[in-house]
Amino acid sequence: MSELKKEVGSVTSIYSEHVEWATNLGDKTVHAKRMPGRFRTLKYITESFWLIFFFGAYLRWNGKQALLLDVNNRQFHLFNLTILPQDIWMVSLLLLLVAMTLFAVTSVASRVFCGYFCFQTAWVDLFTWIEEKIEGNPNKRHKLDAAPWSFSKFRIKLIKHAIWMAIAIFTGISFTIWFEDAFVYWHNLLSFNLSIIESATLIAFTLGTYGLAGFMREQACLWLCPYARIQAVMADTQTILPAYDLARGEPRGKLRHAGKVVEQQGDCIDCFQCVQVCPTGVDIRDGQQLGCITCGLCLDACDSVMDKIGRPRGLIRYASLDELEGRKVHKLYQHPRTWVYIGIILIALGGIVYGLNHLGALTLRVAPERQPLFVSMSDGSIQNKYTFKVLNKTDKDLNVKISAEGGVKGQVLIDADIPQLVHHGKPASFTVFVKAPRDNLHSEVTKLQFRVENVEDPTMAAEYNTVFNGPKVNGK
Amino acid sequence: MSDNHNSAGGVPTTGHLWDDDLADFVNQPPKWWMLGLTASAIWVVVYWLMYPAVPVAINGTFFKGVGLPGSGQWTAIKELAVDQAELDAVRKPYEDKLKAMTPAAILADKELSEYVARSGKVLFSDNCAGCHGQNGVGTSQAGKFAMREQGLMAPILNDDDWLYGGKIDDIHTTISGGRQGMMTPHKDTLSAKQIDDVAKYVKAMSVEGKSAADADAAVADGKKVFAESDCTGCHGADAKGMAAMGSANLTDKVWRFDGSIEGIKQSITYGVNAGDNARVAVMPNFTAAGKLSAVEMKKLAVYVYKFGGGQKEEAAPVAAPVVDAPAAPAVP
Repeated sequence: MSELKKEVGSVTSIYSEHVEWATNLGDKTVHAKRMPGRFRTLKYITESFWLIFFFGAYLRWNGKQALLLDVNNRQFHLFNLTILPQDIWMVSLLLLLVAMTLFAVTSVASRVFCGYFCFQTAWVDLFTWIEEKIEGNPNKRHKLDAAPWSFSKFRIKLIKHAIWMAIAIFTGISFTIWFEDAFVYWHNLLSFNLSIIESATLIAFTLGTYGLAGFMREQACLWLCPYARIQAVMADTQTILPAYDLARGEPRGKLRHAGKVVEQQGDCIDCFQCVQVCPTGVDIRDGQQLGCITCGLCLDACDSVMDKIGRPRGLIRYASLDELEGRKVHKLYQHPRTWVYIGIILIALGGIVYGLNHLGALTLRVAPERQPLFVSMSDGSIQNKYTFKVLNKTDKDLNVKISAEGGVKGQVLIDADIPQLVHHGKPASFTVFVKAPRDNLHSEVTKLQFRVENVEDPTMAAEYNTVFNGPKVNGK
Repeated sequence: MSDNHNSAGGVPTTGHLWDDDLADFVNQPPKWWMLGLTASAIWVVVYWLMYPAVPVAINGTFFKGVGLPGSGQWTAIKELAVDQAELDAVRKPYEDKLKAMTPAAILADKELSEYVARSGKVLFSDNCAGCHGQNGVGTSQAGKFAMREQGLMAPILNDDDWLYGGKIDDIHTTISGGRQGMMTPHKDTLSAKQIDDVAKYVKAMSVEGKSAADADAAVADGKKVFAESDCTGCHGADAKGMAAMGSANLTDKVWRFDGSIEGIKQSITYGVNAGDNARVAVMPNFTAAGKLSAVEMKKLAVYVYKFGGGQKEEAAPVAAPVVDAPAAPAVP
């Protein structure tokens, strides 16, 4: 940090850093230059991850959509797995896992997600790529924007927006088909038979894509995205991020002045290439800042200039604050913060793996009747009523047999010998009465375990622990 | 992109200083943000007009609102009616089936009895729980209700002891026709000692069983009173009661009223539905009251049966085949 002179009592003195602040409020369109390079190539590769989003939903598995988040019927299908609302706790662990992965990556290498994977980054990259193909390089684009309306300008703009809109619509469709059978959706779409929710989702995502990727662009990162605001919490002095080597670059200045190479100045020749390629329009030489999505494009730009003027690469490079300020650089594994994140990731992962392995084909919940807790029968015995909820997660209807373990000596399960039909995919509910002689009760509450099992396959079973309630025995 | 909107030189401050050197710039918010704000403000007005925000009396009805043409003058009541119609449409096939079915047939049909149990719960809470308690726990368990203070004690419905029979049709008859309990007061026909004796005998029958009580010398006096006075006329020689007249089974462990010696003595002394201090046992006639439809009474019969005390039909006696047997008449 540069030392600031602070004049006591002067308002402007505390803002003397302002000259370094660049805040694009959206009144200036950023037309970033495209330059080839290592990080540019890497970005193309990572962004192609989103091809899964476009085409993953068409994957079929046993005649059904392999990945289907069937919100309408309240079930998720992942290949052979069916996840019903009862197992939804795993989704919260999945969210924790995803968030912590983001945190861990950010603590190691700052906003990797923003720069290489984020849908906003990817779609803006695609939209500006199309813009460049149609309208030309950034200079031409600026000129075209400033030029008065003419037929040719109108034609160029129309083509661009038509293509943008087509991509936006395809994005909207691709989003929606994750929640409904892809082919059914296409059929409904082409025959104009979409339901209100289907059309609303399509329209919302189409307009959202068109607006966010076409117009909002870096403004979304600066003003809408919460992650941009909280990322500083995850990064510390050990975190590597695209940084300008101040010590090597300053004092900056033109390479030649009046035809002569200027001596005694830093490696930065103030060529502004790093600013021109920046998709959010920041100047990386001002240091780490909110607008930087750490996409590494300025590294490519600077390296190509360094190659040209014969200086070593890496004036702008991935470096930690420790490295740049000459402190001891720790090894990657000497980073407690990352280990904490990894620890949480492992816990979440463990929970999900446990959950997926214990999904079970049957689940049983038993609710003992609460009012009345028990009934005294005419022969003096005590009767309890239980409501069974059995969930059959297989794809076939099946019959279950009910049995009980523990409980009171001499208890009878009334009508439990009749198998109960449980339809697949939805919970079945039925009541079971248990009657026990009063004399065999030794306390007010007796532990009891119910078991339901498939009549045809007794290994497919589920248990539930509950209690048998009775009157007070000997005052307890 | 080094142009600076926040330049301290260019932008004026509000002029106010906090903590000696803290000032606010008077910066304009971004243009797109202002556009959004303006759009929201316009939308408020449009929404206010479309939504019936102004209650104006039209055709004598309030809350119709000043909907824009085509907005349909939405009201919560209309939406409720639409939702209600939707539900009714879902229920209609079930309700239609129920009309023609007997309670026993409904009970035998797994899907229908499940359906009936759901609506039965609501019906029971509205019409029956007042006396019988929620889930049929009976007044005696439901706490000190005002009715209990007045002597009215409605029976427990989820045990297997039934005054008028616990088969599905018996329950249905009780609901649709009502019941009027009766027991003669014995304050004039029996002496205080006789009442005390017979109460002890009755209690012994419940606790030990009838044969043990009969053999018990301690209650022999009571046994004599029971056999020689008019008790057996209603409760039967075996003291098991008669479903046809609703007299209680005295040999089981369930008490219709109070099972303490004092309670039994009160029942014997003052009787049931017989004037001062008598027990009150009145089940209204729901058909005559007109509160419940035929289908609703069938639903309630099934619901009450399923509390846990319903008695199964005995296996039908094998009868000689009857030619042209008339179909069982539907219970009205």
